[in-house]
Amino acid sequence: MEFLKDLWNFMRQRKKFWLLPAIVILVLFGFLIVFTSGTAIAPFIYTLF
Amino acid sequence: MNPRRAILGISCYYHDSAAALLVDGEVAAAAQEERFTRIKHDPSFPKHAVEYVLAEAGVPIDRCEAVAFYEKPFVKFERLLHTSHAFAPKGLSGFIASMPVWVKEKLFMKDILRKELRKLGADSPVLLFPEHHVSHAASAFYPSPFDEAAILTLDGVGEWASATIGFGQNSRIKLLRELSFPHSLGLLYSAFTAYCGFRVNSGEYKLMGLAPYGRRDSEYGKFKETILNDLIDIREDGSFLLNMRYFDFATGNSMYNERKWRKLFGISPRLPDEERIAQSYMNMALAIQDVTEEIALKLAATAKAVTGSQNLVLAGGVALNCVANAKLLNSKLFENIWIQPAAGDAGGALGAALSAWHIHKDNPRTPQRFNVYLGPGYDNRAVSHMAGNNGATYTEFKDTNELLDKTADLLSEGTVVGWFQGRMEFGPRALGNRSILADPRNPDMQKKLNLQIKFREGFRPFAPSVLLEKAPEIFDLDRPSPYMLFVAPVRENRRLPLPPDYDNLPLYERLYHKRSDLPAITHIDFSARVQTVDRQENEMYWKLLKAFEQKTGCPVLVNTSFNVRGEPIVCTPSDAYRCFMRTDMDALVIGNFLFLKQEQPAVDIDNDRQVDFEPD
Repeated sequence: MEFLKDLWNFMRQRKKFWLLPAIVILVLFGFLIVFTSGTAIAPFIYTLF
Repeated sequence: MNPRRAILGISCYYHDSAAALLVDGEVAAAAQEERFTRIKHDPSFPKHAVEYVLAEAGVPIDRCEAVAFYEKPFVKFERLLHTSHAFAPKGLSGFIASMPVWVKEKLFMKDILRKELRKLGADSPVLLFPEHHVSHAASAFYPSPFDEAAILTLDGVGEWASATIGFGQNSRIKLLRELSFPHSLGLLYSAFTAYCGFRVNSGEYKLMGLAPYGRRDSEYGKFKETILNDLIDIREDGSFLLNMRYFDFATGNSMYNERKWRKLFGISPRLPDEERIAQSYMNMALAIQDVTEEIALKLAATAKAVTGSQNLVLAGGVALNCVANAKLLNSKLFENIWIQPAAGDAGGALGAALSAWHIHKDNPRTPQRFNVYLGPGYDNRAVSHMAGNNGATYTEFKDTNELLDKTADLLSEGTVVGWFQGRMEFGPRALGNRSILADPRNPDMQKKLNLQIKFREGFRPFAPSVLLEKAPEIFDLDRPSPYMLFVAPVRENRRLPLPPDYDNLPLYERLYHKRSDLPAITHIDFSARVQTVDRQENEMYWKLLKAFEQKTGCPVLVNTSFNVRGEPIVCTPSDAYRCFMRTDMDALVIGNFLFLKQEQPAVDIDNDRQVDFEPD
């Protein structure tokens, strides 16, 4: 939660809202990679690409 | 009694990680992580350095008011996204390579730092993130002896900035001008470092040492012209634009575009492991060194114009270029110049802590004398314990004067002495507490030290330490240079005549020609990277120089860092003894203990003496 708050403050302060879509996609994929590595659903996420 | 207020500063995750601790606004301790882990330029979280600085000051980690990290990770990430976008599709591979680290780790720096600090006992540390160049500026200005000063920071890149001009007054710092990535003097110099076959972020000082071998009556002129015409557009105020068609560092593949550079300069990049260094690379080193100096001078002139100050402080990796620093000094643009000895990223830890104390916490500042000996020290018990563990034979001197007398005797007889005293220096230079010392009058000493002691490239020069009060007799230097951050010429009356065809001789013939009565420290162009030793700053070292002078009439010693090539400077007595036994060093002094090589038990030394360390 704190990460999202910091991210929001950063974008507000630096007026970089256009980075939001890129960051959201990157972070989502990041989470996907981190939390699915070594799990049973791992083989399925490869079909996304 | 008021409880002591402490701030911890940290720099890490790029190169040269370090920790520094302020107690009531004063620097209590600072050290680089590489000294503890024995991994040169170690970028990892400085666990050992943090543990050390806290133990040194006797401050538990949960008593620190704040922990300051030396840069802003989000803004760095912003730069990465901007750059990838600007250079697309070229930057795609670099982008893909760097993203996993960012998305998995660096974006969550707060969590990572908290996790690491929790392991050390801090439950809920207050984290602060000053900007990279604010950290550099703070590390340069706050420890300086000035009430007010112009601040010039020059490095590869922080978040966006690659160079800044600022003004410091009392406890305030204001950055007034900024040059942004990818236009960077540090990265330009690093690109040439790489092209000449040295390692980026570590071999820059080798390139600087190679430059004096360049010849001005050669392709040097063409190289310089090419740099100025094709690679860089320098403006009057010292700001510049790099021609990014020729550089690949923004896209993460390499520092330069090899195909284009080959065409531009007409020479191929030198292979890193290549023993021989062709004259062309020396000419190239001289050309880029000249351009670097030109830019630094113009930026300093702008700093002078926008601040009106008579004092200048410098920080950032480029501030370790002592040849450029000397040009700044000799330009007389400023009356006084002060450079913090850990000017590179390790000093960012110190700067982060200082900016937290003065800027964030709004505490006042009093200019004071900076003490560079901020690392660990070891008492006699630790030394005898180490000697016992190694079965080492030693003589313990109860009387320090006897030890100094004996050491001066050994040095005057041509002995190479490992000298380990007191607390370790903060920053890349050994300044008389973790040093290898030798007689500078000995014409074979430079060769012996490079090839038999340090196992490093034969062309590299050695620096002198000189009694502060005797420095003007030996060098053209009119002020102290306590941190080896200025070069100065050896005085004319000490120089020896050169043969008429000197400039046409091959590198090593030129190098081994005796150029002065202090051949081991006189570089090819008669310059020397001087350390003036003030009795008030390092009494033991000053006394040793004095004892040597009394025996020989020479107030100078060769002073090189206590390590071999690729090894961080020794930290503990054990590191020192190991280094001593693995090289052809003849004697080792730790505190009041003298170890002579011929008295030591035989140790099983691998044929490859550098087996532990990667060449740097």
